[in-house]
Amino acid sequence: MGAQVHGTQQFDKTRRTEIKFGPLAMETVKTIISHYPEAKIKSALLPVLHIAQAEFGGWLSPEVMDYVASVLKIKPIEVFEVASFYSMYNLKPVGKCVLEVCQTSSCWLNGAEDIVKYIEKKLNIKVGETTKDGMFTLKVAECLGSCGTAPMLQCGASYHENLTYEKVDSLLEKYKSEGKQKNYTDLDYHNTL
Amino acid sequence: MGRKLLIHNDKVPGIHSLEVYRAHGGYASVEKALKTMTPDQVTDEVKKSGLRGRGGAGFPTGLKWSFLAKPEGVPRYLVCNADESEPGTFKDRYLMEIIPHALIEGMITSSYALGAKTSYIYIRGEYFYVARIVEKAIAEAYEAGWLGKNILGTDFSHDCYVQVGGGAYICGEETALLESLEGKRGNPRIKPPFPAVAGLWGCPTVVNNVETIAAVCPIVNMGGEEYAKIGIGKSTGTKLISASGHINKPGVYEIELGVPVEEFIYSEEYCGGIRNGKKMKAVVAGGSSVPILPTELILKTAKGEPRLMTYESLGDGGFQTGTMLGSGGFIVMDEDTSIVKNLFTFTRFYHHESCGQCSPCREGTGWMEKILKKFLNGTANESDVELLWDIQSKIEGKTICPLGEAAAWPVAAAIRHFKQEFLDIAKSKKFVDVSHYDKLYKVRA
Repeated sequence: MGAQVHGTQQFDKTRRTEIKFGPLAMETVKTIISHYPEAKIKSALLPVLHIAQAEFGGWLSPEVMDYVASVLKIKPIEVFEVASFYSMYNLKPVGKCVLEVCQTSSCWLNGAEDIVKYIEKKLNIKVGETTKDGMFTLKVAECLGSCGTAPMLQCGASYHENLTYEKVDSLLEKYKSEGKQKNYTDLDYHNTL
Repeated sequence: MGRKLLIHNDKVPGIHSLEVYRAHGGYASVEKALKTMTPDQVTDEVKKSGLRGRGGAGFPTGLKWSFLAKPEGVPRYLVCNADESEPGTFKDRYLMEIIPHALIEGMITSSYALGAKTSYIYIRGEYFYVARIVEKAIAEAYEAGWLGKNILGTDFSHDCYVQVGGGAYICGEETALLESLEGKRGNPRIKPPFPAVAGLWGCPTVVNNVETIAAVCPIVNMGGEEYAKIGIGKSTGTKLISASGHINKPGVYEIELGVPVEEFIYSEEYCGGIRNGKKMKAVVAGGSSVPILPTELILKTAKGEPRLMTYESLGDGGFQTGTMLGSGGFIVMDEDTSIVKNLFTFTRFYHHESCGQCSPCREGTGWMEKILKKFLNGTANESDVELLWDIQSKIEGKTICPLGEAAAWPVAAAIRHFKQEFLDIAKSKKFVDVSHYDKLYKVRA
């Protein structure tokens, strides 16, 4: 844990000590910080929040946000105001796989609504909910830049495009059998290029 | 077959790698600029080329560069806007994913012209995998000496970094992007001062779109005057168009500016016509923000002249009968499409993406979404059409950034050209969605 930057952190000290980047994440954070002038490391906040979200269970708890503040030597409120502004940061716990179905124009023209209904029925959850086993959270998203390959959904770093019901079936099957948390920062996508 | 300057090599296997990119003439503009030209000469070529910002606004790039303040001892920055999030637009993603070195080459050549020692490529967070591709390419470029200290043995040194966003359309607005790059909420700044004077961390900064920066390479290679010969009038060069919707061949196409709209939609070289033998109903020609046009007005201007894919021809007739080239997000809708429902998806989008700084936009977008929802529920009255018109007219021009206009224009255009559709729903108190999603049932390769 980094140096304490404000007094209110005392009360939950024991819990906070568990929140610490692993060596790989810490190394990545340091690399990101090195991209900016020394006095401007706050600039690293957005990418570091992505790493924190991947590292600490797919969402940003107040404790995790405080930790990020201490790493970047900024005030906790500066972290919270950013985390609450951008749509990719989850401020509540989510399932291991967050399915984000694009619903804007071109995706809608190509049946995004039916894809959402299909997933709702299949997983027995509504948009915004998480399955009982904690495996899937279903969300809708605004334009993800996949209009030519609509309809699509994003899960972690992966874009799944030209969706059909069958594609959705096999995708959910695959994720379920893997049972892994999917993050935006995952390395396995497009590594074969 | 039109000329291609940006993605002519997109089908070459391995073109994402430095080795193959270089073997196909890549990085020639860096060599030419650094070894044979002064920075001002590079800027002059860009001015002569007539290149206009490819992100949507269409502002002359050379002119934007010439505004950059150059005080002694203050660093200058080039920032690439890769926050592509205008609905209907996916060209920058294609370029970065398939030919990442085209962007990096442009970043180096442009930075040389601007005297920027450091540049950042701000990529929208959802494109995380694209950021990884670009980062890999940057690492290759460092290793081969195209980035870093004393490039090609000259005294020009340059560092280029990738920054990912957190998911916010507003960060495509250049001052919001700079705020985001500084690790803050993406709230647009009041201008002036413009980024050219006080941009990233208060330093002079140029913010350019991915495609704009990539276009600097062919301009330097062939010369600005040659580039300006392509296209028509003030619409010079080539443009990437993202084609989507009810067409046979959605995808990214590079066109010479000046291709007739009709040819673009119906020829096999481009969109390949409307799917399932349907008729076309309407087109959004330049991303969700630009006015939607019905078939008769997108194919021909009000004067009866064929509409061309240029800034001027698409804009002919103003907003009464024309539209804009915008970002080149070209969405085609067939005869079964509900304009009201499509508008609802746009308005929901703008409501979701409003940063909340300015009341007209923050409140107005939500209000419009609610009213449009009434149309879809069949609970709207005829007077709601007037109310919608009234609200949109009170957003436009009353906000810090153009998101206000972007949210207002599609509403105004939908009412202007398709008012009867709104009235029919209001009268019958029933919304029937006849759109067909046949694609979902087919197994695709």
